[in-house]
Amino acid sequence: MKKLWELFITFMKIGSLTFGGGYAMLPIIQREIVDNKKWATDEEIIEYYAIGQCTPGLIAVNTATFVGNNVAGVLGGIAATIGFVFPSIVIITIIASVLQNFADYQIVKDAFAGIRVCVCVLVLQAVLKMWRSSISDPFTVVIYIGVLATAVFLSASPVILVLIAAAGGIIGGALLAHSNSPYVNDFLENPQARFGDRYGHKKDKKMAEKKGGEK
Amino acid sequence: MIIYLRLFANFFTTGLFSIGGGLATLPFLYDMADRTGWFTAGDVANMLAVSESTPGAIGVNMATYVGYKVAGIPGGVIATIGIITPSVIIILIIARILKMFAESVYVKYTFHGIKPASLALISAAGISVVEITLINTKMLSSGVFSQIFDLKSWILAIALFIGMHKFKRLHPVVFIGISALVGIVFSFAK
Repeated sequence: MKKLWELFITFMKIGSLTFGGGYAMLPIIQREIVDNKKWATDEEIIEYYAIGQCTPGLIAVNTATFVGNNVAGVLGGIAATIGFVFPSIVIITIIASVLQNFADYQIVKDAFAGIRVCVCVLVLQAVLKMWRSSISDPFTVVIYIGVLATAVFLSASPVILVLIAAAGGIIGGALLAHSNSPYVNDFLENPQARFGDRYGHKKDKKMAEKKGGEK
Repeated sequence: MIIYLRLFANFFTTGLFSIGGGLATLPFLYDMADRTGWFTAGDVANMLAVSESTPGAIGVNMATYVGYKVAGIPGGVIATIGIITPSVIIILIIARILKMFAESVYVKYTFHGIKPASLALISAAGISVVEITLINTKMLSSGVFSQIFDLKSWILAIALFIGMHKFKRLHPVVFIGISALVGIVFSFAK
């Protein structure tokens, strides 16, 4: 019981201290979980991130569940996750209710019109950042263009598009595995690299360089 | 009661199918706005701005915001629980079969297909935000360039883009704050 409470409080702290979620959260998770509580090692956290990256749901939530589960089983996972989202619920509810009352003021309307421009640019930035880890070969280019076109012109349901892409990935992968395309061989020989590509891999490299430099 | 169940179901689906972080929920929210009429596509951009400028994960903040807007405080709580439930279940399972999961070639194939799809969906959501914000669709038939493209907004957008590349270490909340000020000073609202 004490462990569960500790998990809840620790992740509540993490949830209330981090802006922007996902990667912005990594340093604080490392400080709290690895350095202070010693609930996981640096390598484990990076592995959780890599898995969170390619499993359904939000990366930070996935990481919270993972750590909680390792410390105190299923209930631990749940306690950590609830702790993590608790501050969001409180803060957003307050902001949303305040904004609702002021939504008709001209100054608020102007401010949000300006902010929406910023949101456009932020989304564009996010797409550019994710590009390298997601689009790696002709196959992924085809999926990207196909899904984009279907989503924009046919307003197809995103659920169906994700399912089709998943099926396409399995079928495409299985078919290509029997061919001799160099990228497939590279992919099959070194899947771990691709698995943690976006963060884990880079971090590993940096760590390796650091270690080399120290010697 | 029905509204709570629908909120839970909608956010459960969003949590289950949005892969690759907070912004991956964006296309699902646009889809939800279309299907349910709970909020408009314009609201989504506002919610995203608020979610990026407050503590916590973006996706969780979005869920709380939408839930609150649709059905008050219980709505916010239920939407949030809805979006995290699939994560919790899936991670609890994966934690038990971690080795198998990390080494399975089929898992890799699946995500090889899903990652570009997820990125494409975020791009499509981005196009919707641009359409709402930077292009004056009402004026599209007029054919007059300056009426279709809101010049003030485009100048701000380009300035922000350059700013974000020059000052990579600055948190998005800084740019959101600047944009709000610019919006007020140059009366951006149409």
